[in-house]
Amino acid sequence: MTFTRRTALAAAAATLAAPAVLRAQPVRELTFYYPIAVGGPITRIIDGYCEAFQRETGITVKPVYSGFYGETLTKAVTAIRGGSGPHFAVLLAAEIHSLRDMDILAPVEDIDNSAATKVWLSGFFPAFMANSLAEGRTWSVPFQRSTSIYFYNKAMFREAGLNPDAPPRTWAELVNAGKKLTRRNGAGGRWGVQLASNHGTAQWTFGALCNQVNHKLMNEAGTEVYFNHPRAVEAASFWRDMAYTHQITPQGVTEWATLVPSFLQGTAAMIWSTTGNLTNIRTNASFEFGVAGLPGKEAPRTVVGGGNLYIFKHANPAEREAALRFARFLTSPELAADWCIRTGYLAVRPDAWETEALKRYTAEFPPALVAKEQLPVATGELSTYENQRVYKALNDNLQALLTGSKSAQQAMADAQAEADRVLRPFRRG
Amino acid sequence: MLRRTTIHAWLMLTPALVLLFSFTHYPAVATFWHSLFSTPRGSRPARWVGIDNYVQLFGDPVFVQALWNNAIYAAATIPLSIAIALAMALWVNSRIVGRTALRMAYFTPTVLPMIAVANLWLFFYTPDYGLLDQLTARLFGWGPTNWIGTRETALGAMIAVAVWKEAGFFMIFYLAALQAIPPSLYEAASIEGASRAHVFWRVTLPLLGPTTLFVLVNAVINAFRLVDHIIVMTRGGPDNATALLLTYIYELGFRFWDTASASALTMILLAILAATAAFQFLVLERRVHYR
Amino acid sequence: MSGSAIATAATTATLRTRIDAWALIETLAAWLLGMVWIAPLLYAAWAAIHPAGNAVSFELFAPLTFENFANAWAAAPFGRYFLNTFILVTMILAAQFVLCTLAAFAFARADFPGSGVLFALVLVQLMVTPDVLLVENYRTMSRLGLVDTILAIGLPYMASAFGIFLLRQTFKQVPVELEEAARVEGCSTMAILLRVYVPLAKPTYLAYGLVSVSFHWNNFLWPLVITNSVETRPLTVGLAVFATLDQGIDWAIISAATLMTSAPLLVGFLLFQRQFVQSFMRAGIK
Repeated sequence: MTFTRRTALAAAAATLAAPAVLRAQPVRELTFYYPIAVGGPITRIIDGYCEAFQRETGITVKPVYSGFYGETLTKAVTAIRGGSGPHFAVLLAAEIHSLRDMDILAPVEDIDNSAATKVWLSGFFPAFMANSLAEGRTWSVPFQRSTSIYFYNKAMFREAGLNPDAPPRTWAELVNAGKKLTRRNGAGGRWGVQLASNHGTAQWTFGALCNQVNHKLMNEAGTEVYFNHPRAVEAASFWRDMAYTHQITPQGVTEWATLVPSFLQGTAAMIWSTTGNLTNIRTNASFEFGVAGLPGKEAPRTVVGGGNLYIFKHANPAEREAALRFARFLTSPELAADWCIRTGYLAVRPDAWETEALKRYTAEFPPALVAKEQLPVATGELSTYENQRVYKALNDNLQALLTGSKSAQQAMADAQAEADRVLRPFRRG
Repeated sequence: MLRRTTIHAWLMLTPALVLLFSFTHYPAVATFWHSLFSTPRGSRPARWVGIDNYVQLFGDPVFVQALWNNAIYAAATIPLSIAIALAMALWVNSRIVGRTALRMAYFTPTVLPMIAVANLWLFFYTPDYGLLDQLTARLFGWGPTNWIGTRETALGAMIAVAVWKEAGFFMIFYLAALQAIPPSLYEAASIEGASRAHVFWRVTLPLLGPTTLFVLVNAVINAFRLVDHIIVMTRGGPDNATALLLTYIYELGFRFWDTASASALTMILLAILAATAAFQFLVLERRVHYR
Repeated sequence: MSGSAIATAATTATLRTRIDAWALIETLAAWLLGMVWIAPLLYAAWAAIHPAGNAVSFELFAPLTFENFANAWAAAPFGRYFLNTFILVTMILAAQFVLCTLAAFAFARADFPGSGVLFALVLVQLMVTPDVLLVENYRTMSRLGLVDTILAIGLPYMASAFGIFLLRQTFKQVPVELEEAARVEGCSTMAILLRVYVPLAKPTYLAYGLVSVSFHWNNFLWPLVITNSVETRPLTVGLAVFATLDQGIDWAIISAATLMTSAPLLVGFLLFQRQFVQSFMRAGIK
């Protein structure tokens, strides 16, 4: 609101004073919503990038830190529907189809269809672009991205007679190691492995599990899901068996928020988490820990996650162009490398990994490379129309499965039925 | 004369009424209006669907579960928080040891913002090393319990947080009311040799009637409104075991962007609240004796 | 020594011990409840002064640190958030007192056509809380050009049905003779309201003020939706910084932030509680 008024005033003043300047530089300020992932440090990093951009282009970018992904999405959409709102925002990559359905996005091709832009777009990791492409156009720019990896406690591995330098790569190895690591008698017990199954995360974990049996949960158009496929049921059964048959992970729902504390506290020997936690665990772990790619049924496989930069349609063409310019600025090799080093999120372009800074960092701290090495075996995050609703259909049933009230077969059939009902209007023919 | 009173009354009412109509009645009517249309999505504008949204809601198992959960939530939090508040007030009003400290302890939840406190409670409920598990392991030798991760305990855990948050707040009102009771009444009762229980039921409780009504109104609204901790801690899980009407409205409206269904559910919630409100004001108010 | 005398003495003694035992049980129960109620605050104090690794285990001699407070303070401009919350709460309370007093007085004492219907319409808001009407209210604020202002956070709550209802109830109990006496002395309607009704309703104002302050100090969802900038955000929205869980929860820093932000209200209550209770008593005796 203040932004519009101030711009209008500035524009009016400029029109009176020097119309030529106005035409040459119509955009003075952009607003964008940004989901803060951690308290202080990240907001300061982003502020720094915005200042650097301002120095380079004269365009002020004003970040609005607005809670986590869920709140940021709520805020952005509420504001746009209310007639105001940001010019662009970092939102969950998997929201692409839902946001397209709301008709509030401006695809990159509509903003700038030049050959140079196409070259730039082709320079991202394909696994990340999977959540940006639909109907032949690019709806978002990868930025705050991660992959699911696992952290393990090397001391516990040694104690259980496992080789700390050869962590599990397959499901069988995982179960075997888990059984040796789990201790279930009274106080001082610990779990072999913990996976998050709360709302907001369960579908992510399950996406990884399904990819581990070589199964994709949805089509690229986001109009169909494949929850009741035998391989999805196999993945669900494996998850349930870890809790009920092998008893290497807790029964019931495990909160994402408590995974890292559990690991640091020594009540979980392995946790399935994100690359974004690398710096956090490195600072706080009082024991030697290892990082490895998630196991698969036969070989390691994983899923990507995180947020992309979306540009909104209601911004005027000049503002959209300026927003795109900012996106290119953020994903330039030097900045992407800097971002990766300071946060643990992945640099989204291969050329960033070629920079001196990042090479030096990974040489010094090899675990930082693990996440990147997983990219070739990573799949896109579950992403459909009515995304949150489909998530709920899946997560409710996964929770029913893990609390023991449904069988894998039943849970997946119910999830499929509900998702089908939700997605029916989007299927043509 | 009469006309002047009317003019005065209207002058006094106008500022409040303008705000009330702008931010309560108008949006409520607009919500009702929107509940009769489909949700507009991108290129597909809203179209008239009549009571379709309502029909669909009643066929939605999550809604039915949320309704049921909310009934349990209300039936537990309202009497529990009022009874505990009353007990607290009686204690800190008597000559109990360390009553200033106790009064402070009881009151603390009121000043701790739910958004932060929910995260502290998350620690209490965390399996293995959470406070509750550490305690039960030491006292009773129990194994770890997944308090908010299993269907059996999750709603109870949420109710406990709500009661904890509310009771100390209500205590203040009871305390103020207790201190306003003239000591002469108690003296008279003790001369007559009435027992403590008798004094409580015959003297204290009736005099607390207006306060109880006040507290009850608050407790009822909170039973439907106090859901911040659920949104932070479980988001209605596991498998909707802690889903309440307002959490589901929030989910429908701000996560699914299904504004039409959210509007319909809002209207249902409003109807429930209106019915309880009518009951409270028409039935209970008459029984309460104002001095 | 007569048997009956001994029996009486024995009964009295038993009765006394029974009462003492009961008092002891009650004291213990009160303290147990107190422990449960203050446990989150005690835990927050413990976690806030220990490094993250020690925040969840209770070793008596774990190292102490004040770093969590520094980190929490640095994570968001809490000084500004305090100011915003203070402005917000004060503004709402002042507006509520003025608006509700006027409306309640009209409803309590002026018998005019349609007052019953109007009062019923006001009561609707008791249940239709603004929390439920976020989307529509956002639209209105946007049309008024008030998005991202402290005024917009407060506006939907200023005309409070709860306040009107409570004050009307109180005003109705004021003896009409008092008003008539004042009128005979030549007081205007406004003067009567200010000199007769308002002073007598002091306990109601206090009780209602407490409800209002604690509600708006803790309110989260509407401020989150309607504010965008540091200049307008209240404390709770600032605290949401710590509820963002991508990296797992850090109880030490959350605890530090919780303590920091609730300290003023806690201290305020400590100082205020005596006055609160006393003035209530004074009003009650009258």
